[in-house]
Amino acid sequence: MSAPPSPGGGVAVSAQGWQWRHAGRAQWALRGLDLAIEPGERVLLLGASGSGKSTLLQGLAGLLDSNEDGDETGRLLVDGAPPARRRSRIGMVLQNPDSQVILSRVGDDVAFGMENFNVERAAIWPRVRRALAAVGLDLPLSRETSALSGGQQQRLALAGVIAMNPGLILLDEPTANLDPAGVVEVRDAVAAAAASTGATLVVVEHRTAVWLPVVDRVIVLGDDGRVVADGPPEDTLGRQRDMLQRAGVWVPGAELPAITRRHAPGARLLEAANLSVGYRADDGSHDLTFDVDRGAVTVVTGPNGTGKSALALTLGGLLPPRGGTLTADETFAPAPRRRSPVEWKSRELLTRIGSVFQNPEHQFLTATVRDELALGPRALKKDDAAVADTCDALLDRLRLAHVADVNPYTLSGGEQRRLSVATVLATAPGLIILDEPTFGQDRNTWAELVRMLAEIADDGAAVVAITHDLDFAGLLADQRVDLGAWHAETAADTPW
Amino acid sequence: MVSVAGVAAPTWLTGVNPVAKLAAALVIAVGLVLSVDWVSALTALVLEFALLMALRVPLRVMVTRAAMVTFAAALTALTILLYGESRGVVHWHFLLITVSDGSITLAVATFLRVLAIALPSVLLFVDTEPTELADGLGQVLRLPARFVLGALAGVRLVGLLGQDWRYLGYARRARGVADQGRVKRAAGQAFALLVSAIRRGSTLATAMEARGFGAHPTRTWARPSPFGGREVALICAAFVVVAVAVATSVGTGHWNFVATR
Repeated sequence: MSAPPSPGGGVAVSAQGWQWRHAGRAQWALRGLDLAIEPGERVLLLGASGSGKSTLLQGLAGLLDSNEDGDETGRLLVDGAPPARRRSRIGMVLQNPDSQVILSRVGDDVAFGMENFNVERAAIWPRVRRALAAVGLDLPLSRETSALSGGQQQRLALAGVIAMNPGLILLDEPTANLDPAGVVEVRDAVAAAAASTGATLVVVEHRTAVWLPVVDRVIVLGDDGRVVADGPPEDTLGRQRDMLQRAGVWVPGAELPAITRRHAPGARLLEAANLSVGYRADDGSHDLTFDVDRGAVTVVTGPNGTGKSALALTLGGLLPPRGGTLTADETFAPAPRRRSPVEWKSRELLTRIGSVFQNPEHQFLTATVRDELALGPRALKKDDAAVADTCDALLDRLRLAHVADVNPYTLSGGEQRRLSVATVLATAPGLIILDEPTFGQDRNTWAELVRMLAEIADDGAAVVAITHDLDFAGLLADQRVDLGAWHAETAADTPW
Repeated sequence: MVSVAGVAAPTWLTGVNPVAKLAAALVIAVGLVLSVDWVSALTALVLEFALLMALRVPLRVMVTRAAMVTFAAALTALTILLYGESRGVVHWHFLLITVSDGSITLAVATFLRVLAIALPSVLLFVDTEPTELADGLGQVLRLPARFVLGALAGVRLVGLLGQDWRYLGYARRARGVADQGRVKRAAGQAFALLVSAIRRGSTLATAMEARGFGAHPTRTWARPSPFGGREVALICAAFVVVAVAVATSVGTGHWNFVATR
């Protein structure tokens, strides 16, 4: 059953009336798909969330099994055969960097795929080194994979794919969880890899501007999973601009939403004086002095590893300050003697400081969307009617009513983000802290978040947002805190 | 991470196939659980120390690693001292507690035995990478690759659990549900950790499958797992330790076969 080891080069992909329905779903994820991709073509696959892009990639990777995972009709072929029979020539990189690392050392991780496909030991190690060189990962083979940054982990995953000498490389939002430097790092590694292997490339991404220099064809899927546009990048984007923007795709040069703010000056809630933050007692060396005021948006920027997330947790009363002071205004603190948020009770935080984590899944604690929203109000001992009112209003406002009884973990990325913001709004805190709220979001969710945060600030709450997103900062920042200057080199080793 | 490679200086044991270490530890364990006398345990312990010194395991490593084991052994011995079967002269009696000649002897024997069994296991694996153990289990013992590599990949996840635990703690505090007693809070958080571990496991399985894991009935191994003279010597040494310990014990009349008690 092993595929003949062909000496590199891309493979052809074709879909003939292919459709797929996930087990237990009534609707087809993709219907009657017809598609032909030539060997060596580099394709950017676009479409609204729910248009079946990821399903198509999984199908091409041979990860969909029509006996177990769902129903299939029509034909999907890679190099003239069903993908499951071409698996040794198909490589895939997924969205989340730390879920793709398999072994604990860099060299072993790259070798893993070759071992599975019975490559001789003598041939494995030269290919490991070549693959690491191709993605620009100049590290000792024994380096611990857990010590790599997100961008490095994605390049490691790509190296694992390249080492297999693939004819088809599939990338499912490979840069959605990376900072801007990581995005460029991975994009360039993909371009170099495609050039050196000649492999056919299919990328799914929202951020078209990043990928346009690398691809030579754009395919747009419509809502029902049919191809609505297909052709050279500039041309296709030009013709389908409106449709793509509605679908949430980031089209280059699209104008940003207009935001008008009231900028009413508000009372001070928190005062940071020579504040230093970190996960361990010995690791803060910042010296931050700033105020957090009602009605204002404070944007915190800085490269990875400078302690931005630690600052969010510290301001949120979840991590103690490592130096300096963080003092709440006496009208904001629950008791005059307890002015530092870390001393407050969990329930006292609810109405004062709400934290939205970078990964929404980290903060979900219940089994349905509605329970998730009700958790805070219930902890405040609100009566059932009041809790139900709050939940209904938020479900409507954040367009989550249709998934009210669904498990939060099964929501799409955009829905999870909206839910994580909604859970915080449910207890109406005076200060809302968000860690990278726009990571991996399509343009619609992005615009929605920007508008909502502007509204929250104008309604008199304070907003602190940690972000890499320059457009987001440009639209919302009333005050900026830049961590760029602080000990970037020591913190780069922490896995955070 | 779970691996401690790089912490310890290279010793004679560095690079010895972990399967041989596993076998040596097993030989000693099986040999020593057969009796509960103090002579065989003490003899084995002395020989083990001599062996580990000869293998140039640094004393500092031995002491730090042995500390935990000693503590555990002492705890076990204390329990037996206080609650063990009473025989001979009773020295102290208080409620359920009875300290007698019999329980003292048994406590000493148990203390030495736990040490003699646990020490080699702990010290032999001082500088063993889980990856190398998996290589050995797969290539030398020919255990099924699915099982060995699944376990290996799972071990890596253990490191991530610490991170998940911290985040779960932050989340519960931020969401207003952390004002409970410590025990109740830890129980709730532990359940959430279990759920997140299962989720991580299933994502990992997908990633492994995407890299061709299980696509073929056979696989190759990137790293050789040699098994030669040093490995055989280590296992023989373990047999010698057990043989001498048993012989001394039987010879001095202390041998006390568990099955006949």
